[in-house]
Amino acid sequence: MAVTAHPKLDAHRVRADFPIFEQRFHGKSLAFLDSAASSQKPRQMLDAMNEFYETSYANVHRGVYALAERATEGLELAREKARALLNAPSAREVIFVRNATEGLNLVAYAWGLWNLGPGDLVVVTELEHHSNFVPWQYVAKRTGAGFRMIPLDENGELRVDELDAIARDGAVKVVATGVVSNSLGTINPVERLSAWAHEHGAIMVADAAQAAPHKAVDVQALGCDFLAVSAHKMCGPSGVGVLWGKAELLEAMEPFLTGGHMIRAVGVDETTWGELPHKFEAGTAPMAEAVGFGAAIDYLTAIGFDAIEQYEHELAAYALDRLAELPWVTSYGPPADRRAGIVSFNVDGVHPHDVAQVLDFEGVAIRAGHHCCQPLMRKLGVAATNRASFYVYTIPEEIDRLVDGLHKVRKAFG
Amino acid sequence: MGEFEQLYRELILDHYKSPHNHGLLDPADARAEGQNPLCGDEVALTVRLGEGGVIEDVGFEGRGCAISQAATSMLTDLVKGRPAVEVAAMPKEELLAELGIPLTPVRLKCAILGLGVLKLALHKAAGTPLPEEWGTSARDLVLD
Repeated sequence: MAVTAHPKLDAHRVRADFPIFEQRFHGKSLAFLDSAASSQKPRQMLDAMNEFYETSYANVHRGVYALAERATEGLELAREKARALLNAPSAREVIFVRNATEGLNLVAYAWGLWNLGPGDLVVVTELEHHSNFVPWQYVAKRTGAGFRMIPLDENGELRVDELDAIARDGAVKVVATGVVSNSLGTINPVERLSAWAHEHGAIMVADAAQAAPHKAVDVQALGCDFLAVSAHKMCGPSGVGVLWGKAELLEAMEPFLTGGHMIRAVGVDETTWGELPHKFEAGTAPMAEAVGFGAAIDYLTAIGFDAIEQYEHELAAYALDRLAELPWVTSYGPPADRRAGIVSFNVDGVHPHDVAQVLDFEGVAIRAGHHCCQPLMRKLGVAATNRASFYVYTIPEEIDRLVDGLHKVRKAFG
Repeated sequence: MGEFEQLYRELILDHYKSPHNHGLLDPADARAEGQNPLCGDEVALTVRLGEGGVIEDVGFEGRGCAISQAATSMLTDLVKGRPAVEVAAMPKEELLAELGIPLTPVRLKCAILGLGVLKLALHKAAGTPLPEEWGTSARDLVLD
């Protein structure tokens, strides 16, 4: 039988690329289990940004001198890398934004405000991060459109059997979902939701901020119309992300932010808009950040997204097994094979803030809170959860240290 | 002494596990609620006033981290028998001295949630405005 062998991820070797792990916290080496909030940065990415500033920095697109051309080339090369990452048909459809949140707001404002009205429906999910929930709720209110959530089952997975009931409430115009849940790690059936959205003549908006770091994201295979990612969650710098959208939709849309660079001609009575992607890139671009994002894409591509996805499933399975040893810990979400490297849990009778605080004293960094998912927390019947999340540099020993720390939590508060 | 023992000293854990003045008073002369949305701490607090505007009794309910609940419990001990006008102007440093633990900016909000709710209750009952540093809502307190 032919087997496709993927090179296995060597987390110890990967870890050596990340300078943050050279430090100690509370006298201990850092067990960083909060990568779903933001990932750490490899030296290769940091060097690429530094080199851009030292050798290629000038404002892009406007200068005629050689240095400005070099800067423009750097930005456009990063755009091409982002296009390849997402398997987008054209780099014209790849818009640099500040982060996924800004990309999703761009769609909500520049498409939603102009295309929604009474009788229409915007459909999001109960799992949704606030970034793909609040903009749509806000725009639905402003336009008089209805706002519905696809509910979750007891595993934290979307109840697609509810879709037809939702569609009876109005004309579905927007379906917005995360590709991977930042809270539970659930991998959502985006292909199926895209097909359903298009059957109803709706646009499909995918938030891939939590998916793109962990698995190959292919906008054509997902069948969506818009998709947003943030660089900072995938070894890139903060302050840059990408919105991909289908050219025909982007071309028909009004601009989001207006100002310099996004124009064709400016007159007192009227201004006309520039071509894609510039129409949606008002002002000076996050140039060095985009270059850093490009380097991060190179870094992750060299490791291999299949290897990353496989390794994270292994880590999630290991963490869920280890947590299952603790009868006083409740874990949330689907089985390991249907989730990315994210584990949410609670310790009986101990508030997540206290759990995270005690773990911090042990050098273990996790997140405690609502993870920007208040509707989901309500569904789980909790105010907050603890969340441990993993990435390419996570080693199983860090999960062991988490479990050891939880025993200390139990001892102190039990 | 380790960092754990400094923050979660025995007195704090005692108040957390067995809070004083737990349970809302009914009837009450002043009441308010508040949250710390970042971590989901919640406190609801009631006050009964006696002769000359003295705080006769305080009762609270809440859920949240050990620091938020223990600090509120210790606060209720601290203010009983004192004039409401004095407590309404009480600096947070007085409570923090009583807590006697090192607090990061995030945990500071946990520690002072109960005090903010108590001040809101007293100011609401007296018809006076809550000092600006505690927020602008006249209905409930939200520490952000």
